[in-house]
Amino acid sequence: MDIKELVLQKLKENFPDINFETIDYLDELTVKFPKESVVKVCDFLKSDTALEFLFCEDVTAIDWAKRKDRFTVVYHIYSFKNNFRLRLKADVDESDCSIDSVTSVWKGANWQERETYDMYGIKFNNHSDLRRMYMPEDFEYHPLRKDFPLMGIPGSIPLPKK
Amino acid sequence: MDTELKDIHPKIIQALLDKETDITVEDALENEMILNMGPQHPATHGVLRLVLRLDGETVIACVPELGYLHRGYEKLAENMSYYEFIPHTDRLDYISPMANNVGWVLAVEKLAGIEAPPRAQYIRMMIAELARITSHLVAIGAFAMDVGALTVFLWTLREREKVLDIWDILCGARFTNSYARIGGVANDAQPEALAKVKWFIDQFEENLAECEKLLNTNRIFIERVDGVGAISKEEAIDLGFTGPNIRASGLAYDLRRAQPYLKYSEIDFDIPVYTEGDCLARYFVRLDEMRESTKIVRQVLDKMPQGEVLLNQPKKVLPHKTEVYSKMEELIHDFMIVNFGINPPAGEIYHAIEGSKGELGFYLVSKGEGHPWKCKIRSPSFNNIQVLPKILVGHMISDVVAIIGSIDPIMGEADK
Repeated sequence: MDIKELVLQKLKENFPDINFETIDYLDELTVKFPKESVVKVCDFLKSDTALEFLFCEDVTAIDWAKRKDRFTVVYHIYSFKNNFRLRLKADVDESDCSIDSVTSVWKGANWQERETYDMYGIKFNNHSDLRRMYMPEDFEYHPLRKDFPLMGIPGSIPLPKK
Repeated sequence: MDTELKDIHPKIIQALLDKETDITVEDALENEMILNMGPQHPATHGVLRLVLRLDGETVIACVPELGYLHRGYEKLAENMSYYEFIPHTDRLDYISPMANNVGWVLAVEKLAGIEAPPRAQYIRMMIAELARITSHLVAIGAFAMDVGALTVFLWTLREREKVLDIWDILCGARFTNSYARIGGVANDAQPEALAKVKWFIDQFEENLAECEKLLNTNRIFIERVDGVGAISKEEAIDLGFTGPNIRASGLAYDLRRAQPYLKYSEIDFDIPVYTEGDCLARYFVRLDEMRESTKIVRQVLDKMPQGEVLLNQPKKVLPHKTEVYSKMEELIHDFMIVNFGINPPAGEIYHAIEGSKGELGFYLVSKGEGHPWKCKIRSPSFNNIQVLPKILVGHMISDVVAIIGSIDPIMGEADK
């Protein structure tokens, strides 16, 4: 059976109450689901013996600026067993700007989530060490949001104290 | 000590100390010490800052701090056309800029649905492999220098210099090359450049063997790195190791083989794998990979077809300059692409190549405009540094430089 069909079938069998939205664009499979179920879906994808998505390549987010669900958190995971890359997506709204952390599933997601938090201000619940990745700790903006100007905000980064 | 601690942000100290215990910093420092290493330290290969918690000379915790070279390339990419971003990819992994160029243009080509002519693809393979050789040469030389074997650095840099001379002929620049273009490469590889590549790989293996002999028979070097910084295969996968580092831990994962891009499926090469997962194994993997790269370059030179090196598709790719000056249509397209950029259809792609340090991926989201709506750079060094706190614990402070050197992080790439 095709690996894409297998992934979708397994997901539908194991999570009958979750509404999965699938996109297959340029031979890359994307699965979208509500953000509440992110940890259990990821845990299943990693632990299922036929799938074994052992490697979390990347965690990031997209800021859609004017859409109702403003952010989409994107995960790229990879299965060595099937030589297959899967993209997971979950929408996050600005009013409740948080999603559960997947560091309990893949430890490697730790820094990726910190970077996403730093750049977009999305909080990852149950993350063990949610500090900023690149920007100084007392910086109050999130630079990759679309409303942050390219030029930066003058005076937003204080000069080091002497 | 007090004055030093004031320079470290309280949150870093909190991450460094065990959070379950509520000991204050003053209590914890009775037998222990907090040592700040970097960002200005020659052995951190750039501006990596490590805050180490020491018990005597043993590391018991480590918190890496990044961001000293953060230039916001992802933000810049969202505000410029796909063409304009090519020179910026040079500054990611500045030891192998050619490979980054190739990674970026391949991602854009996938998004725009175009494919470069065969000769361009072979040239790209050649430069990507030569870039891997230069990168590993620097990695091994700097690694040996960090643990005290200075001569090797001079010898490996001498070899690297020859490749930089090839870049000079090929594209006119030695460091920041910007040679690849969307739909091909900037100009055809000149016969003298190809002749020089051939000359280089013919003499390279012998010179590499000399460098290797210098290190492999050096007892001080071997004893300082053997068994140091070991990590198991499972942990390495979980924490996101890629590239030579994961192959040193026993996983034969190489994107050139797993998901062949360019023409790697037509090339015969081996993937060197070691199982120890320590600094010595990472060094051996890099040595073997350079030999494999020369093998690939030799095949590429043999198989390289004649023909165009830039796709002739004026609506998607910048036309040749000669045609721009002589034909009306091409002039219009040139004007449109320069001013508004190529407009790939709305959609998203993730494309990764096997860069010198590991998996270099670009995630692009297009809304059908001339600039990407979102660009994420999945840089290998960023994820490789993440493993440091795990493997540093329990080692002596003098092993820290050896372990950083063996992982080979490049801060331009880790900080983006």
